[in-house]
Amino acid sequence: MRIELEKRAKISTLFSILSPFIAFLLMIVFGGIMFALLGKNPVTALYSFFVEPLSEVWSLHELAIKAAPLILIAVGLSVCFRSNNWNIGAEGQFIMGAIAGSILPVVFYDWQSPLVLPLMMLMGMLGGALFAAIPAFLKAHMNTNEILTSLMLVYVAQLFLDWLVRGPWRNPGGMNFPETRTFAANAILPEMIASGRTHWGFAFAIIAAILVWFMMRYTLKGFEISVLGQSERAGRFAGFSSRRMIWFSMLLSGALAGLAGISEVSGAIQQLRPVISPGYGFTAIIVAFLGRLNPLGIIAAGLVLALTYLGGEAAQLSLGVSDKVTRVFQGLLLFFVLSCDTLIHYRIRLVWYRFTASDLDGSR
Amino acid sequence: MGIVEAILLSVITAATPLVLAALGELVTERSGVLNLGVEGMMVMGAVCAFAATQITGSPYLGILAGIVCGAVFSQLFAFLTLTLVANQVATGLALTLLGLGVSGMLGEGFLGMQGIKLQPIAIPLLSDIPVIGPLLFRQDIIFYLSIALVAGVHWFLFKSRAGLKLRAVGDSHASAHALGVNVIRTRYLAVMFGGACAGLAGAQLSLVYTPQWVENMSAGRGWIALALVVFSSWRPWRLVAGGYLFGAVSISQLHAQAFGLGIPSQLLSSLPYLATIIVLILISHNRRTTLINTPASLGKPFVPDR
Repeated sequence: MRIELEKRAKISTLFSILSPFIAFLLMIVFGGIMFALLGKNPVTALYSFFVEPLSEVWSLHELAIKAAPLILIAVGLSVCFRSNNWNIGAEGQFIMGAIAGSILPVVFYDWQSPLVLPLMMLMGMLGGALFAAIPAFLKAHMNTNEILTSLMLVYVAQLFLDWLVRGPWRNPGGMNFPETRTFAANAILPEMIASGRTHWGFAFAIIAAILVWFMMRYTLKGFEISVLGQSERAGRFAGFSSRRMIWFSMLLSGALAGLAGISEVSGAIQQLRPVISPGYGFTAIIVAFLGRLNPLGIIAAGLVLALTYLGGEAAQLSLGVSDKVTRVFQGLLLFFVLSCDTLIHYRIRLVWYRFTASDLDGSR
Repeated sequence: MGIVEAILLSVITAATPLVLAALGELVTERSGVLNLGVEGMMVMGAVCAFAATQITGSPYLGILAGIVCGAVFSQLFAFLTLTLVANQVATGLALTLLGLGVSGMLGEGFLGMQGIKLQPIAIPLLSDIPVIGPLLFRQDIIFYLSIALVAGVHWFLFKSRAGLKLRAVGDSHASAHALGVNVIRTRYLAVMFGGACAGLAGAQLSLVYTPQWVENMSAGRGWIALALVVFSSWRPWRLVAGGYLFGAVSISQLHAQAFGLGIPSQLLSSLPYLATIIVLILISHNRRTTLINTPASLGKPFVPDR
């Protein structure tokens, strides 16, 4: 048996809508098989993984809290990926945003002012953007592969944060624990609704998604992004500069990742610790693709991936399954999304092997 | 054994997995496929090798398990990018993410277990040469394999007919296809070789470098290996030089930490990553030489017209 691809005359609208859903279904099926192999009842396991976290108010709030950074980062990444700039160091930009935004609440702990929070958010964006500026500069002016440089910088950022919270920024009254002081009340991102912990980071995410969606759809900049992403040469003829696009997309995604970082720290953790992210920067790559690089799709995809985090925790508690299952689910999902995307551009045919004359003369 | 020899020995141990993983990726990229999943394949090799060693008691079966596991795992990437022509960058990332997840789950039962270290094999006569003998001829089998593989790959790529075809596929898949070379099959095999090498590199980590299983124990080495391929300009022997240079950097930071020179350990730990960035800049800032060295079809999808 052999699989043959046949190019569609035009992109299939049906499959460009369906493919994320098919991918999700495939993940559920494979997840069920995996649970069965682990000796669990697949139905109850999947139920506690994907449904139970949605059944209570507090867990819905947790979902929003986890979805916020994923959506923020993925929206920025979608601009990068669409313009063919492979920023995969969002995790590092997230961390540096969190650090830059925490300068005020940690170093100037006593400064009380309503300006503190907005300044923190701004500095977070600045921190993320500056950190993304390194791979941007190296790609635009030194011809260096941004995939590798942005990823290497993730390790550097993680080690830098580790040094800060164990060294100069350690809480003086914290019994030597590697963490900063808990932020003062005026440096904590407030809750959005009275019923639970969801903080304003979620609102930032939705706003960012809508703004970027508008930009991609209705502005010249959005057109420029798609053109340069699909064909750099065509973009050059239209007078677009791919070098400027590198800067634009990297700085934008860096700023959004930085905003995600400081929102997470200020809203959810309320201090800096050696580890502040369960891999949001990498999971956001999956979110971006599951959302088909469309900011509105990314909102939905962010909620789905946030659910896998909660599901992992729930499954660990109720089934005794390792929470590592989460990462497996996330990886599987990305695989299925990428394979289903083939259906958008190609018709897939299974060809059962037949021995024909053309096999003998070697023409095929 | 003196301190210098001990340091050189540890450099070799640190460099071997880098050389192996990079060598596999080099062949893959020479065929025109960019597989960013090295990190994932490596960590899968590490966990499979460790698990097989624990279960069977034989590190040699462990090595075999690592190789097979890396090769099989790489075929997932091959199926998506070659048969379904999915985006290679994204699929490679997916392979890394999945590998880190699956290995974490598989390895959970093996956490904290005392590993079985692969024992060195002394080569008669040669191992008695002063200095060089203990360094190069009293090593474990993975080291010998790594050198043999580099020589073999060099011969294959530049002296054999099949290697010429593979390079043709990587430089112009349309021309190679027109000449009757089976582009897709060649690439499947190249990806599989890359996976096997990454798996072997992973086995080295969990059987020689630190004989135990730690989650994410590849710690970015797969990515450094990718950078090494660029560094080597896709030539096997230069890769060895690069690998040993990086091995030296990562070992020297360990020794500097042991001496405690007052430099924060985190800064020292970040040296290999910073060195990677600097090396990448030095190698690629000249656009023209980069263009000449890079396989021309690298990362480009191929759909045969029928």
